[in-house]
Amino acid sequence: MPMPDFSLALPELWVGAMACVILVADLFVPGKDRATSFYLSLFTLAVAAWLTLDTQWDARALTFSDMYVADKLGAVLKVAVYGLTALAFVYARGYLKSRDMLQGEYFVLGLFAVLGMMVMSSAHSLLTAYIGLELLSLCQYVLVAFNRDSRFGSEAAMKYFVLGSLASGMVLYGMSMIYGGAGSLDLAAVARAANADNMLFVFGLVFVLVGVTFKLGAVPFHMWIPDVYEGAPTPVALFIGTAPKVGALALFMRLIYEGLPLLQEHYQLMLAILAVLSLIVGNLFAVVQTNFKRLLGYSTVSHVGFILLGLLAGTDAGNGAALFYTITYALTAAGAFAVIILLSRRGFEADQVADLRGLFQRDSMAAWALLLIMFSMTGVPGTVGFYAKLVVLQAVVDAGLVWLAIIGVLFAVVGAFYYLRVLKAAFFEAPPEGAPALEASGSFRAVLAGNALAVLLLGIFPGALIATCIAAFA
Amino acid sequence: MQLVIFYIFAAVLLFSATMVITAKNPVHAVLFLVLTFFNAAAIWLFAEAEFLGVALVLVYVGAVMVLFLFVVMMLDINVARMREGFARYLPLGAAVALVMILEMVLVVSAPDAPVPAAGEPLPDNNTRAIGSVLYTVYLYPFELAAGLLLVAIIAAILLTHRRRPGTRHQDPGKQVRVRKADRLRLVNLPREPKVAPAAAAEAQQQTETK
Repeated sequence: MPMPDFSLALPELWVGAMACVILVADLFVPGKDRATSFYLSLFTLAVAAWLTLDTQWDARALTFSDMYVADKLGAVLKVAVYGLTALAFVYARGYLKSRDMLQGEYFVLGLFAVLGMMVMSSAHSLLTAYIGLELLSLCQYVLVAFNRDSRFGSEAAMKYFVLGSLASGMVLYGMSMIYGGAGSLDLAAVARAANADNMLFVFGLVFVLVGVTFKLGAVPFHMWIPDVYEGAPTPVALFIGTAPKVGALALFMRLIYEGLPLLQEHYQLMLAILAVLSLIVGNLFAVVQTNFKRLLGYSTVSHVGFILLGLLAGTDAGNGAALFYTITYALTAAGAFAVIILLSRRGFEADQVADLRGLFQRDSMAAWALLLIMFSMTGVPGTVGFYAKLVVLQAVVDAGLVWLAIIGVLFAVVGAFYYLRVLKAAFFEAPPEGAPALEASGSFRAVLAGNALAVLLLGIFPGALIATCIAAFA
Repeated sequence: MQLVIFYIFAAVLLFSATMVITAKNPVHAVLFLVLTFFNAAAIWLFAEAEFLGVALVLVYVGAVMVLFLFVVMMLDINVARMREGFARYLPLGAAVALVMILEMVLVVSAPDAPVPAAGEPLPDNNTRAIGSVLYTVYLYPFELAAGLLLVAIIAAILLTHRRRPGTRHQDPGKQVRVRKADRLRLVNLPREPKVAPAAAAEAQQQTETK
């Protein structure tokens, strides 16, 4: 038994160790500010990004008895996760502080969730993929229940826990079938053994796909999304709606795209059904929502439909497009939740669409940011959402599935209706009477402005990011 | 013969597992869970995985389930309320379960589903075999599982531990640091005023009668 090469897995070791350090350091730092934990967490993520790019960008190597793979795809996924998590931490701090909920555990659990996503991104064995998924899920359940005194939070956490456990069980059952067929946990061995004629693999594929699409939130496994988004504290909803989507995508890439490549014909049909259902249900249900968080929840479901469209093409271009779509959508969604955080104050969750009324008069910068974000979600040219939809549709058309592309475009038009309704409230309606001034700090507003600008700039200059996303599969 | 014994254990396992989720009394459910684990351990012993079988009995049956039983007995669970809607959802749930079981049986029993024979036979001393791979080949998932447990501990403490303002508790640090001045207050009381004459006479009378 040779010594495993620890240096390849340096980012995981670093994040895991720092999560423990922050857990202990948080105990000894007095005050309600939690500044030490906050800055240490951001420092951890920054160093992890550097380590990942330094050690894994050009690598293609296995370690830990072939259970861990360091490659470009993993590096891209991980860096996206770090960035989105850092964004979630920055947005969360002021909100939690003003509600006496700021505890070091928020950052510790966030970092452990990041570790779970990293493990999934680098999984080269059914075992590590499953443990990564569980690590992520457990942190998410607890974060949803973070506000213990909120009845809605506990209810949402309970629902999420029960449904999530069911999905985990499904994944595990599917894995047991795949293991039964392949006789090995190693994903390379699974890929060699898997063939489309063996019913065991198809059977396993169905169950694994259920788990992956549950994490993404595709119809019919989307039931938890609106409830969790509404019930969880807004910064937690922001976190759950962004980085874990990249994690779920990582699980798909490792388990299905790389693990079961010969079953592409089977999963293409399954994903097509899920994608069409997600586009229909997500967009139509979002139209009737008056709660902005639920609206964002159903809008997530519809965007997941688009991500699945990219995945089902089964080509490198299609997967690159799906990865690009996921990362940029997560960036956009983070901005949308940040606007809710900006508008809310202690004792008042600005989670109704009506609460956005008169945002333009109250804070023109936030209103312009919301405009860019909603335009991007609609897919208006010039924003990144347009380009993301374009590359996904291109991949779908290249795969010869024109009818799916037409459905995608049609429901993107339906989506325009409710996004514009949000903008109408923000720009053309008078602010509610007696609304106090917004109390967000300068740094929060600067990050929000930067987030919205990134949505615009990535839309104008998408070249570098899309090239990276496609290169990840090369 | 071995097959018959296996089926007996498997049948008891399935029966008790079903009873875990249908038993009215939570204490009964836990006891059935103990039975389930016990049968699973027996089946493992049949598969010549002695270490896993013994570990299951020692760790789960011996320690975890006893703790579980304590917790369940301490909780005041309203049995009637928990079972609300059970009968209402039973037909739908049973139908879904039946369809799934049928589909699974069809798939798994299909002639074109060759299950590869289990790899090499287990070594005689499987405790040693597990020990030699657990911290070497499976180091990475093992450490990750440890991280998972750490997260579970953090979660449990975060969600249940709270400082209640009204509870009385001792703070040894404060007890040690306390100084005389904190607890003892010396006051100068004015001298007692002269007792009124009438009252004094009365007091004298009382002492005389005694």
